[in-house]
Amino acid sequence: MTSHPQAVYLDHAATTPMLPAAIAAMSAELGVVGNASSLHTSGRRARRVVEESRELIAAAVGARPSEVVLTAGGTESDNLAVKGTFAARLEADDRRRRILVSAVEHHAVLDSVQWLAEHAGAQAVWLPVDRWGRVDLDALRAEIEADPASVAMVSVMWANNEVGTIQPVAQIAALAHEHGIPVHTDAVQAVGHVPVDFAACGVDLLTFTGHKLGGPLGVGALVAVRGAALTPLLHGGGQERQVRSGTLDGPAVRGFAVATDVAVADLDTEAQRVTRLRDALVEGVRAQVPDVVLHGDPTPGGRLPGNANLGFTGCEGDSLLYLLDAQGVECSTGSACQAGVPQPSHVLLAMGVPDPELRGSLRLSLGHSTTRADVDAALAVLPAAVARARGAGVASRVG
Amino acid sequence: MRVLAAMSGGVDSAVAAARVVDAGHDVVGVHLALSAQPATLRTGARGCCTAEDAHDARRAADVLGIPFYVWDLSQRFREDVVEDFVAEYEAGRTPNPCLRCNERVKFTALLDRAVALGFDALATGHYARIEAAPDGPRLHRAADPNKDQSYVLGVLTSDQLARAMFPLGDAVKSDVRAEAHDRGLAVADKPDSYDVCFIADGDTRGWLEQRLGSRPGPVRDQDGALVGSHGGTYGYTVGQRKGLRIGRPSSDGRPRYVLSIEPVSRTVVVGPAQALDMRVLWGDRARWCAGLPTGPTSVLAQVRAHAAPVPARVDHLGDGQVEVRLDQPVRGVAAGQAVVLYDGTRVLGSATVTRTSAI
Repeated sequence: MTSHPQAVYLDHAATTPMLPAAIAAMSAELGVVGNASSLHTSGRRARRVVEESRELIAAAVGARPSEVVLTAGGTESDNLAVKGTFAARLEADDRRRRILVSAVEHHAVLDSVQWLAEHAGAQAVWLPVDRWGRVDLDALRAEIEADPASVAMVSVMWANNEVGTIQPVAQIAALAHEHGIPVHTDAVQAVGHVPVDFAACGVDLLTFTGHKLGGPLGVGALVAVRGAALTPLLHGGGQERQVRSGTLDGPAVRGFAVATDVAVADLDTEAQRVTRLRDALVEGVRAQVPDVVLHGDPTPGGRLPGNANLGFTGCEGDSLLYLLDAQGVECSTGSACQAGVPQPSHVLLAMGVPDPELRGSLRLSLGHSTTRADVDAALAVLPAAVARARGAGVASRVG
Repeated sequence: MRVLAAMSGGVDSAVAAARVVDAGHDVVGVHLALSAQPATLRTGARGCCTAEDAHDARRAADVLGIPFYVWDLSQRFREDVVEDFVAEYEAGRTPNPCLRCNERVKFTALLDRAVALGFDALATGHYARIEAAPDGPRLHRAADPNKDQSYVLGVLTSDQLARAMFPLGDAVKSDVRAEAHDRGLAVADKPDSYDVCFIADGDTRGWLEQRLGSRPGPVRDQDGALVGSHGGTYGYTVGQRKGLRIGRPSSDGRPRYVLSIEPVSRTVVVGPAQALDMRVLWGDRARWCAGLPTGPTSVLAQVRAHAAPVPARVDHLGDGQVEVRLDQPVRGVAAGQAVVLYDGTRVLGSATVTRTSAI
């Protein structure tokens, strides 16, 4: 289940191991022929698997089955939500050009908005966040009320992938709906980890994906309220509500559904267990490296159970990553890669994290396979790695 | 030993890393991100550090079965190599950025970091040999004279050489490509890189013009007579013949060359080829990987990466200053160039040329 026998895998926010039940359910389907769009017996059987899976997914996130559009994952869902909504809203009223979006979104949203701004006449409005990474609701209100008719949509993620901060999504939806503006939320990191109820939260569109909650890679969903105005991105057979085309991957959909069902059913106990482990990890690091900084919302319930984004001033995240990897502890730096080159995290930048902390940030993310032994193993090597990485210094400052 | 192998994404550094793995060392590959905004794809044989190069390096590391990372040294590269390059041209000198990169980025920033992280040595794909000797490591020319890169390594100190590994020093380029093929490395047929890596299209003058703007000035002959004008002294280098834009032909009808550049008055001085012949070079920032010379020493002096070495006498003047008296004249030596000093094939040290004289 882990990448190599001795590995301590603390990168669940990147991808988490598949749940045994999901592997079993998906494996059972892999050997069976059937295109869910075919009309014969094999097709009908495949369709039944897909539709039962859709019902399971819908029930797990508080949606109706007809609201679940199956996609190839989080990036596709985000692209469809942002580009599809913008195009449809603009077509109905060409004043609607502003997209209000948090500055800490995942690149799947960020770059979609950027693309629309550069190629489709959109005007991107980046909503500021506080030092914990939470969207400024007053700023959102002010942007909307400045000219409600010009707003195409609002997109704010449910929980941040880098620092784990949970956004006030229901309040955002309520604010936008006062003016009839549709709201999208990227809940890729949230579903299966914190309670997510589509109907109750009030958003119009919600993205989530299989491989962040114990399902397979390459399958996800965009949950869209009935009547959501969405222009398709992928044209073809029109398999998903005429909004998304492409033959459905039945086995993957089945694995995704079972994983979602199990993750949501186990959420309460699992969230408590993982929170305790995460807190033990953070406290353990703090005890040995007192000047460590925890990025993101530190309050209970304010962040994802499995997320620990730690800042170590005076060293390079790259150095830490290497030293930990060499000892079998797998995690990621607090930066995104662009064209293979590590870039300072836009999330930490938006939160106002100072440069020395930016460079030396590390994201440790725990998940369903994480044990106390993993935490202890990480704590056994992390302080020495930090000391050594600090000895190696910050590349830009030496000499 | 724990060895960090610098992997550019090219064939040389991939084979170098492979040889270190074969030697039984514990090897980790690293690709240096030297540009904060790298291009996605290479354009022809030029440029480096593109996303494609990082990918090629990663694939080579995969084939060798070694861990691989991309380390961001773009800020150091920008400050110590790119900005230095611009400042040198601005000051009327002709820098060698490869040498600067080896001195300050690869064998300082990278090597220091590697040592601090617990590595014993840094391996690169340079063509040069290091021979162990009782008094320390000795740097020699590569076995393949066509690929010899000892000139751009002439700035290294003995401490840096003690931590360096050049596994290709005994190799011939064609053999390296064949070896890459045999090892299943996809970069076996990748073209060599040339020119200045951070100027992707090879147009150094255009690149400098973007950064320094138009700085017009006069072109004069040796007698001070105005013979033309230019858009910026940075577009010229000593010994250059093409692109002088001189309207009036010389009195003797012979071609004229850039003889010197005076940055303060923005004057480019031109004259006949024989006026380029220099017999004495003065340099500063001397580095002696073979130890400080005790007195005037007979050496071979080389002033460019692929120039022929010339017999000379070098005298250390103290405070990093040297005087190099050449036994035969060398044509077209610009301030800013490095003069690397050899004893046979062995590198003794180097200095940066500050001044030249015909007598």
